Amino acid sequence: MGISVEGANKSFGDFQALDDVSIEVPDGSLTALLGPSGSGKSTLLRAIAGLEGLDSGQVLIDGEDVSRKPTQKREVGFVFQHYAAFKHMTVFENVGFGLKIRKWDKAKIADRVHELLDLVQLPGLADRYPSQLSGGQRQRMALARALAVQPQVLLLDEPFGALDAKVRKDLRTWLRRLHEEMHVTTIFVTHDQEEAMDVAEQLVVMNEGRVEQSGSADELYEQPANEFVMSFVGEVNRLGEQFVRPHDMEVVLDADAHTEEGMVQRIVALGFEIRVEFVLADGTEVWAQLTRNELQRLELREGQIAYLRPAQAKSFNGSSPSDPGASTPRGPRDEGDAEVSAAV
Amino acid sequence: MSSASARGHVGRGTVSRWSLRVLGLGFLALLLVAPLVIIFFETFKDGISAPLDAITSENGLHALKLSLLMVVIAVPLNTVFGIVCAILLVRHKWKGNAVIDAVINLPFALSPIVIGLALYLLYSTNGGWFGPTLAEAGLEVLFSVPGMVLASIFVSLPFVVRETVPVLQEIGTEQEQAASTLGANAWQTFRRITLPAIRWGVAYGVVLTTARVLGEFGAVTIVSGSISGETETLPIFVQKQFDAFNEPGAYGASLLLALLALMTLLAMNLLKRKEDA
Repeated sequence: MGISVEGANKSFGDFQALDDVSIEVPDGSLTALLGPSGSGKSTLLRAIAGLEGLDSGQVLIDGEDVSRKPTQKREVGFVFQHYAAFKHMTVFENVGFGLKIRKWDKAKIADRVHELLDLVQLPGLADRYPSQLSGGQRQRMALARALAVQPQVLLLDEPFGALDAKVRKDLRTWLRRLHEEMHVTTIFVTHDQEEAMDVAEQLVVMNEGRVEQSGSADELYEQPANEFVMSFVGEVNRLGEQFVRPHDMEVVLDADAHTEEGMVQRIVALGFEIRVEFVLADGTEVWAQLTRNELQRLELREGQIAYLRPAQAKSFNGSSPSDPGASTPRGPRDEGDAEVSAAV
Repeated sequence: MSSASARGHVGRGTVSRWSLRVLGLGFLALLLVAPLVIIFFETFKDGISAPLDAITSENGLHALKLSLLMVVIAVPLNTVFGIVCAILLVRHKWKGNAVIDAVINLPFALSPIVIGLALYLLYSTNGGWFGPTLAEAGLEVLFSVPGMVLASIFVSLPFVVRETVPVLQEIGTEQEQAASTLGANAWQTFRRITLPAIRWGVAYGVVLTTARVLGEFGAVTIVSGSISGETETLPIFVQKQFDAFNEPGAYGASLLLALLALMTLLAMNLLKRKEDA
């Protein structure tokens, strides 16, 4: 069941949460809504579920306009950041809630609930109360509860946001596998670009109530539509009008026409990957991502002068991505300047 | 060194904790427990027969029945109203809420006598706003059960609202939203999610409402006319016995009132314990 949103607008008082948002989510896909807090991603997800009404615009599920349908008739599975567990019910009753509402008979509910608890790897916890579960277990219970009613679409609002890093990583791997098995159209909201790229096939980047760009992780990383997307989906350095990824920063020891001089301020070893921070003559701080081997070959030390050459850069002044040769980097500064910065 | 200072710290903590306990318990004992104990002793000072006779007299039993009738009518009405009103205040924000919120506190702010007088003026057959019309329709409000029910509802109206509002605010809306995504309509969501989540707030409100209805004297006295054997509730019965110098009867009925209130509290605690087990 594909989902599409057309021209959605929503304001809360003076705050425009959604500003003419349109998205297209293909049937059976796993899509991430990615953006900083306040970007409108959760509002969009809640509007698809009917938990939030739109001021204008349409939500279509499987081609049908559901904008006027109340939540309980949209057949969406929704998973909340803070689980929204029914505290007075056992795990069994939580997962079986939707089926009970649909008046399934007891034996069938029991079969289905146990099947789902196996699927989310919580067998044997059916009689516990949510307060007796860990955060990760509660979220898996919430997922089982949402899946129990075989929803047309599955919507997850920062599902791993309240969990610690290790559990979060496990769960997202698990979610991806689950999606491969179930193929239910899934949208999940996150502010974590790594999580989005790890789990989703398609990403929709949002900012200030608008969609900035949508596409695969590769497309967003390689061809970001603007500065916001480029800096949101990865690390970025700014050199004048140009934007350069840290791994596209070549560090050399000899100046030429395309290099920029900088002083090594700090070298941070993160395992195989090394982060080398430079300060340029004009005070700009940039960093280059090197491998351990490269660092050893260059023999960089803190306080040393080296030269930076962007292997690939982008600028977003209405023009297509420029190649570094065409730009005009400032030439190496005179010796006096370099000595001053080296002495600092 | 460090263990010595820790011990000193614990010592100071213990002293201040105990003085706080003594102060708190002493205050309670003097102001709440002592009067109750005295009633208990005074009631049975000259044996059990005098108070028992007073309570089991025709008027006494009628007063008990009438008081229980007030509870049976006023408490369910105020419970339903209280829950609806709390949901309105918490879940449906609009400008009128501030007004509703203030008006609901009126019964707390007004002296029950004033409430009684206000009802008297409204329902008096002699120039009241509604009285003459209702009398023509054959409904007597003043000096009969309907008026007393109205007074009881009025004075005990805020309790369920006041106890339910904070609980509703605390549980938030996510569980209700989750229920709606699972296909539950508004009523199913209320019955299966909201009501179980707020039940202890409501229960506490019900206990307070019951106690207030049982104990109400001022407002009910005025609208009831205090006709013995007809419109006399237990508190009015107590007052009449006291005025008639039948002290064992007054104390006995008072004790009965106190026991009824205790039983309400106990019932709630038992229910809660059963739930937690």
